[in-house]
Amino acid sequence: MNAVQHPDLRIGRPNWASVFFTGLTGLATFLILAILALILGNALYHGWSNFNWRFLTGGTAKGMFSGGNGIWPMIYGTSARVILMTIFVMPVGVITAIYLTEYAPSGSLLTRFIRSAVNNLAGVPSIVFGLFGLGFFISFIGRNMDAALNPGVEAPVWGKPALIWASLTLAVMTLPVVIVATEESLRAIPQGLREASLALGATKLETVVKIVLPQALPGIMTGAILAIGRAAGEVAPILFTGAAYYMASLPHALSDQFMDLGYHIFILSTQSPNVTETRPIAYATVLALLLLTFSLNLVAILIRARMRSKMRAMH
Amino acid sequence: MVEAKPLKSVSVQTAPPPAAAPGEEYLIEVAGLNLHYGHAHALKDISFKLRERMVSAFIGPSGCGKSTLLRCFNRMNDLIDSVRASGRIKIGGQDIMGGDIDVIELRRRVGMVFQKSNPFPKSIYENIAYGLKLQRHRSKSDLDAVVEKSLRDSALWDEVKDRLHASALGLSGGQQQRLCIARAIAIEPGIILMDEPASALDPIATAKIEELILKLKKNFTILIVTHNMQQAARISDYTAFFYLGELVEFDTTSRIFTNPANKRTEDYVTGRFG
Amino acid sequence: MVFLIFVFIGRESLPVFLGKTDTATAKFIPVDQMDHLTPEQLRQYLLLSPAEFKGKSREFLRHKMELREEEAKESGDNKDAAINTTRWRYMLRPYQWSDYNRPEFIWQPRGEIQKFNIIPLVVGSLKVTTVALLISVPLSLAAAIFVSQLCPVRIRELIKPGIELLAGIPSVVLGFFALNVMAGVLQGIFHYRSALNALLAGAALGLAVVPVVFSIAEDALTSVPRSYVQAALALGSSRWQAAWQVVVPAAVPGIFAAIVLGFGRAIGETMIVLMASGNAGVMSWSLLDSARTITATIAAELGEAVQGSPHYRVLFMIGVLLFVVTFLSNLAGELVMQRLKGRLEGKR
Repeated sequence: MNAVQHPDLRIGRPNWASVFFTGLTGLATFLILAILALILGNALYHGWSNFNWRFLTGGTAKGMFSGGNGIWPMIYGTSARVILMTIFVMPVGVITAIYLTEYAPSGSLLTRFIRSAVNNLAGVPSIVFGLFGLGFFISFIGRNMDAALNPGVEAPVWGKPALIWASLTLAVMTLPVVIVATEESLRAIPQGLREASLALGATKLETVVKIVLPQALPGIMTGAILAIGRAAGEVAPILFTGAAYYMASLPHALSDQFMDLGYHIFILSTQSPNVTETRPIAYATVLALLLLTFSLNLVAILIRARMRSKMRAMH
Repeated sequence: MVEAKPLKSVSVQTAPPPAAAPGEEYLIEVAGLNLHYGHAHALKDISFKLRERMVSAFIGPSGCGKSTLLRCFNRMNDLIDSVRASGRIKIGGQDIMGGDIDVIELRRRVGMVFQKSNPFPKSIYENIAYGLKLQRHRSKSDLDAVVEKSLRDSALWDEVKDRLHASALGLSGGQQQRLCIARAIAIEPGIILMDEPASALDPIATAKIEELILKLKKNFTILIVTHNMQQAARISDYTAFFYLGELVEFDTTSRIFTNPANKRTEDYVTGRFG
Repeated sequence: MVFLIFVFIGRESLPVFLGKTDTATAKFIPVDQMDHLTPEQLRQYLLLSPAEFKGKSREFLRHKMELREEEAKESGDNKDAAINTTRWRYMLRPYQWSDYNRPEFIWQPRGEIQKFNIIPLVVGSLKVTTVALLISVPLSLAAAIFVSQLCPVRIRELIKPGIELLAGIPSVVLGFFALNVMAGVLQGIFHYRSALNALLAGAALGLAVVPVVFSIAEDALTSVPRSYVQAALALGSSRWQAAWQVVVPAAVPGIFAAIVLGFGRAIGETMIVLMASGNAGVMSWSLLDSARTITATIAAELGEAVQGSPHYRVLFMIGVLLFVVTFLSNLAGELVMQRLKGRLEGKR
């Protein structure tokens, strides 16, 4: 094998196969983004005309489509159920995550079982959660609450679709999101910090509460916001656990039903008597929902980005 | 210049490299090479010339640009965003820093062996065949022949001939590195760049690699970066001493290690720093 | 927690599994036998839950029994009425009902004779999911390869969040988009009968699946050690050759997991198929016919099913079925990933 004395001229001679495939995959990427832009553009284009302050704040007291009405009840309903959900899911999720990262002996069977359960919970279809809400919260807990609190009364108070059951169902659904986000942010905290605290004589609990948690707060908040973003757009779980198409007034009690942005879009699209008339309204509602979910996601991303740069500065 | 003291723990190649025949050309010529990593000036005005079928070692304390320089020869620095390079590197008379150079073709002619062995997660056979299959269609018997030759030339054939289709990841560190060498020479490059090839290996494996390099020298031009001065002294014909991005001295190995012209070179080589 | 879910959905559908539900209306117990029944037997015969049964007057119960007897007598001549349609034989295998001239798979819970064959639903789900995967997997994988291996770093930082934005679109909105925009487009291209069909639903579903497959596959591709890429490039490969011949094979476990998770997401998606698939419970393998999936069925019919009735319980049963399927596919994905990842890292 002789060493090449004078290698022949190397003018660019492109490998056609490589160029082709690189272009193809780039095209695929572009296509996905184009469809995304199409969806957003379509919603913006058709929904913009109806999208005004009156629309957002008007109510439905005088019937669904009479003058002066708007989607405020839907915004209220969506927000209410999402806020309630957050109140339920955060403590449980954060505590579980703390247990998994700080206290549980790693590799033990229980830990692995819980981890696996969390992962699988994340993959359960949303409608199955709806069934769970119906079968567990409403039929079991709600029904028994009625039997205990209002014996002899015919119409069920708690044993029917209600704001509280929808919120609880959503809480169960978003539990994995919160747990994972919290775990991630807990793990990102260097072990040295915990050791320093323990070396000063603090108990494990004190260390967790006073040192670890405050540091992990941005990450936990990210998790909360991601959960909220996801839950705000979900319709399947609330189909039979609390959403209603039309209500004359806002929900007063936890046992009331509520109106919802996503549900409204769904009903308008599939069961509306006059599709052409209601389509613009539907588009405007879509716009409202998109605005809500995207701004939530954006906030979460911003917090995460700032957290990352702070982490980098710390090390 | 202070009278040179014979260096104790260094054994220099006894046979000096063949003198260049008059008019023989240099294979590699570097002129005025400058390289910046962002704002840091990593290589400062490097110039030297190398003949073919020699082993040239780049020595110097860590972080002074040796690996960076090595990676200029096959344009692997292109992969790093913040790198800006200027100057000329001629290989076989062509400036490889030019804009019309087919970098991929360049890399086929200038092979590289990395510090940490990096065989693909494929079989031993597939690792070596990979580079061959990139170039042109060969028959299976062709591939088999080249694979065997490469493994023989890398002193690995006897150890793996019965398990060519086993995963390359199952080999020991030293064997993996020899496999990487076999993979590099299979496509018949003229020049092989080695970036501290034995630094992660135990002494026995290191010795085998060094033996291999001396054998390969007959057919390839080898540029090797090494931290290990004794290694440089053992295997190289020429040595270049780098310090803080500058080429301080470049000469035959025997001269560098016994009678260096530059004081800094002498300090490094006698172990006063580095 | 997962266990709890399983238990309570299972609870609702258990009677179906155990064969205790009985939709045969021809069978009845004569009214005057009422006093011979224990309260429990009476409750079950009248299909009342314990809470509903408690406190009902004797008059009320007697009245209900009379109703049933009437029902039974009316349907006496319809031979189908004697069948318990919730037995497994009728839920899985085709049967020739009295007004059809050959055996058919039919899901039709409304009407006199409730038909609960679940095969049309399963086929519907599979059709839609297959279309979704066929569309989204090649697209997402191509994009993942491009973004992680082939495109400049600066562009990558823009594209990744872009595709993740697609993940943030609620499925209701995707269904809405399918109805209003895609339906028209597809009908214009293919000129078929029903505008809402499996193809449309599958396409829209594909959009929902793309972010899932993309992000997991891209993660897997990026986790392949850079040393492999460097080695390949140093041997003179182009970026595409290095990506296709070295990185992709090394990332196969992650890519496989991405597809499995995409499958789980597709088969469990409700809103998109509810809005775009047409919802006709016809048994058909054609993609251009209206289809009905398991998820859409549950969503559409649960609201109308009487609590505790056989229909109700059957709906819960298919919910359990869905749960089991997604659970198993997620488990499979996890196991494959762990095992192959272990193999790759173990040798190193």
